[in-house]
Amino acid sequence: MKLITAILKPFKLEDVKNALQGAGITGMTVSEASGFGRQGGHTEVYRGAEYTVDLIPKVRLEVLVDDKDADSVVDVIVKAASTGSIGDGKVWTTPVDQVIRVRTGERGVDAI
Amino acid sequence: MEEVVINTGDTAWMLISTGLVVLMIPGLALFYGGMVRVKSVLNMMMMSFGALAIVFVLWIAFGFSMVFGDSVGGKGLIGDIGQFTFLNGLDNSAAIIGTIPAAVFIAFQGIFAAITVALISGSIADRAKFGAWMVFAGIWATLVYFPVAHWVFAFDNFVAKTGGWIANDLGALDFAGGTAVHINAGAAGLALALILGKRVGFGKIPMRPHSLPLVMLGAALLWFGWFGFNAGSAVASNGTAGLALLNTIGATTAAVLSWLLVEKIRDGHATSLGAASGVVAGLVAITPACAAVNASGALIIGAVAGALCALSVGLKFKLGYDDSLDVVAVHLVGGIVGTIMIGFVGVDVGLFNGGGTGQLVKQAIGAGAVLAYSFIATLIIGKIVDLTIGFRITNDQELAGIDVAIHAERAYELTDNSQGSVLGFSKGA
Repeated sequence: MKLITAILKPFKLEDVKNALQGAGITGMTVSEASGFGRQGGHTEVYRGAEYTVDLIPKVRLEVLVDDKDADSVVDVIVKAASTGSIGDGKVWTTPVDQVIRVRTGERGVDAI
Repeated sequence: MEEVVINTGDTAWMLISTGLVVLMIPGLALFYGGMVRVKSVLNMMMMSFGALAIVFVLWIAFGFSMVFGDSVGGKGLIGDIGQFTFLNGLDNSAAIIGTIPAAVFIAFQGIFAAITVALISGSIADRAKFGAWMVFAGIWATLVYFPVAHWVFAFDNFVAKTGGWIANDLGALDFAGGTAVHINAGAAGLALALILGKRVGFGKIPMRPHSLPLVMLGAALLWFGWFGFNAGSAVASNGTAGLALLNTIGATTAAVLSWLLVEKIRDGHATSLGAASGVVAGLVAITPACAAVNASGALIIGAVAGALCALSVGLKFKLGYDDSLDVVAVHLVGGIVGTIMIGFVGVDVGLFNGGGTGQLVKQAIGAGAVLAYSFIATLIIGKIVDLTIGFRITNDQELAGIDVAIHAERAYELTDNSQGSVLGFSKGA
């Protein structure tokens, strides 16, 4: 099993979510995140005092998938999240040892 | 002997005006509270509420008497503290001051004292012990505001026979408190910022306003309350009150435009914080002048104040004092602009209106005297409070946030969880 983690532009979340649902994904976890990469931050000004804000708002989306589905799901996310401009985010996968559904106690791929 | 009766129109307006000026306290608390970081918004607001509580109690005890009692020795420096102690003879429904019940005049003027003290708190955001602030507020009201208000607001033969030197001997014009309130609070704010020193990380880490909508709401409430402050200072429901009200809008709108223009040219952006600050700068500047100028004069005063105050906010970084919320740039600078410009654009008395330089000199002397007395007296009072009970919280408390460290509470439950946050809490000790 794999955990796919995607850092997205917040306004792209809806597109990515719809694309994943269209691809048969039945669950995901979304959280607000902030950070910086090549996009860099922006400048804010309060009574003439300028502040550089490095950490910009992003959305972190996490999906658990079976190994065989990982590549295609990553492709779905990348396609839906892309605007072509800097700051579109990143997607990565990590191996997962075990997954348990809390309610039923199901384990492994059955719990996804 | 002519029978003295109250004027019901005047009384009605002054009852309303008193309610309006009380609203300026939460207005100021929101204006200041929105400008600090999340971890100190409650302390910021508490300094305003605390100032109202301590100062008004002292006002009843002896403050009113020190301001409006007969001038001791006829020198115009301080009213007789024994004359109206605990409002002796005035706290009944029959007593009259001017054309209104004494009780209304006393309440109205008492809130001025409280607001003046509350204004100072903006210069010491995030770092003052609450108890030390309350002690300071009481001492400062007694030794600085009450004498200065006597100088400026106590006219001969109004409440008592003899009043203060600025109002009667010098003849400087200050309708609602450009000197006694704003220059006074601004100079005190500068002194207190110097006594307490800079916040941890001042100029190095971002200290951004945590809620600009609160700042805008606070500025709006201040503006609303200021109609009582300025137009109520006529102590009558008449044309003077009407002119003061008109000018309180004219100067303020002009100040918003000029503050935003400075920002657009200097920083590239017109900001909401700039608009809210322009509102207050305009209100401050028109306070002394609202009954002394026509509408054009009010626009000029507002425009000059908005621009000069906006240009002054950067001084603290250049000169290295942490006047956290710009009490100096807004209240000291704005108060000076309004007080001095009466000497230029005042109807009949101003230099530009054929009045010569006489009034201008009087205005400058009044402004300078209040500035100097307030600054020096505040340095001494602040230093004594600091050396005895200590004025600052510890650096650790400041970094953790003064709300939790001093008041044991937090402003916001910042979570989407309808059950409230379960993180970081345990029941009991």
